[in-house]
Amino acid sequence: MLDLKGVWKSFGGQDVLRGVDLAVGQGEFVSFIGHSGCGKSTLLNVVGGLLEADAGEVNLDGRVITGPGPDRAMVFQNYSLLPRLSLLANVREAARAARPERRGAVNDEIVERYLRAVSLWEHKDKRPAQVSGGMQQRTAVARAFAVSPRLLLLDEPFGALDALTRARLQQQLIELWQHESETETVLMVTHGVDEAILLADRIVVMANPPSPSVLDVIPVDLPRPRDRTSVIDQPAFRMVQERLMALLTADEPAAA
Amino acid sequence: MTIVHPKTTEAEPRAGGTPQPSPPPPARKKGAGRLVRLISGIGWAAVGVAVFVGLWALVARFSPDLPTPGEGFTALRELLRYPFYDLGPNDKGIGRQLGVSLIKVFKGFALATLVGVPLGFLMGGSRRAWAAVNPIVQILRPVSPLAWFPIGLVVLKDVRSAAVFVVFVTSLWPTVINTAAGAASVPTDQRNVARVFRFGRLAYIRHVVVPHSLPSIITGMRLSMGIAWMVIVAAEMLAGNTGIGYFVWNSYNGGSLAYVISAIVLIGTVGVVLDTMFMRLARKAAA
Repeated sequence: MLDLKGVWKSFGGQDVLRGVDLAVGQGEFVSFIGHSGCGKSTLLNVVGGLLEADAGEVNLDGRVITGPGPDRAMVFQNYSLLPRLSLLANVREAARAARPERRGAVNDEIVERYLRAVSLWEHKDKRPAQVSGGMQQRTAVARAFAVSPRLLLLDEPFGALDALTRARLQQQLIELWQHESETETVLMVTHGVDEAILLADRIVVMANPPSPSVLDVIPVDLPRPRDRTSVIDQPAFRMVQERLMALLTADEPAAA
Repeated sequence: MTIVHPKTTEAEPRAGGTPQPSPPPPARKKGAGRLVRLISGIGWAAVGVAVFVGLWALVARFSPDLPTPGEGFTALRELLRYPFYDLGPNDKGIGRQLGVSLIKVFKGFALATLVGVPLGFLMGGSRRAWAAVNPIVQILRPVSPLAWFPIGLVVLKDVRSAAVFVVFVTSLWPTVINTAAGAASVPTDQRNVARVFRFGRLAYIRHVVVPHSLPSIITGMRLSMGIAWMVIVAAEMLAGNTGIGYFVWNSYNGGSLAYVISAIVLIGTVGVVLDTMFMRLARKAAA
């Protein structure tokens, strides 16, 4: 479905991505993990169409990506809601803009469905500043799903949240992805090893500069649905965890 | 590019500026504390006015042409006794004169807002528009209102319209510059949201640019209003026909400096009222 071929990107002479090759299949949940500055967010922004690769190309269903499109939606780390709009308006206006072909009533129905799915319908008239960080990020998740993207891009979506809120949101995300939406494929950048294993089918480990690229791809062979409390006792979880830790430790940045 | 900052006329008088010999008592009732602060604020304001009037009286003693504070006060009371009388084109009450000036100011200011806000959006939204318009703005901005008057007079052939034109052309700039600065400073994450969800130009302006720049637009309008009110007096002194500026000029020619001083007090008061209105508006917009 998604095909990256030799993607290069540099900022100010510093390579952030060096020839990234990666193929993601339909219906896959792929996590990206690596130290800060390894280019994982940059890669996500290239796929999202916010950044243009210096070399190489990104294909989505056989078409080259040249910019943002309604087939992709993003959730940003800092929520990025429009501060003067209500939660409802944030979701509604984004869905309206990304899907202009939808009829208004259809759009409203979809917006309501996802706001209810993240249990925010009662708070729909509040402004972002009036609700907690977790609620803001749930709004951002609802906004992304309301576009009905085929590919969902998550840039450290739960990084700024406390552990309990994060756990609940991870659950909601998987729920939405598997049962409540037509969204098939998810790419998620994360710092959390456990989060990556819990959610993903495959984990892409990114290497640090000087050669920032794909270091390794680790499959996660755990059946779904995964229960967060029991899954960590399974041998497969332990194995992936150990491999990830070994890779990340070996790739410790020299300066750190 | 200079960004004009809002004047801080609302600087809180810090507890009256009294040096406190002992630490303040803990946990005083809130209402009582506010009352004390209010009274102390008024008290110190009275002290300031008293010192100012005292200096004025001192100067007036050595310069016999300058009216004393007492004469000024009497003149002000005289003017305010019948503020709205109308005895023909050359003899109107001070309230009427102020009203005439205010109408001209509002006309010029409304025009400046109608032109300035869209122009600011254009500048803030496009680097090319900024590069094209900014030099003109920077050159025209410091031009004195008096220099504009002949142009207005010749083109519009009417002193009233010329005064409105002068108000417009001098009060335009703060609105333009502040709107542009606001529109140009939309945070990257909001811009990214608009890009990812493919906001059209209209949706982007309506949901991102306007809400983000509203506080700076109002700041710009507030500065523009201040300029407009300041400029109208000069314009009317040239136009010599109606309004508070005409009144000042007429009083001077009639040899009544006491009236001039009264007019200054009234002009300042109206200015404060206008400024306070915009400050309220700004606070509402920020909420």
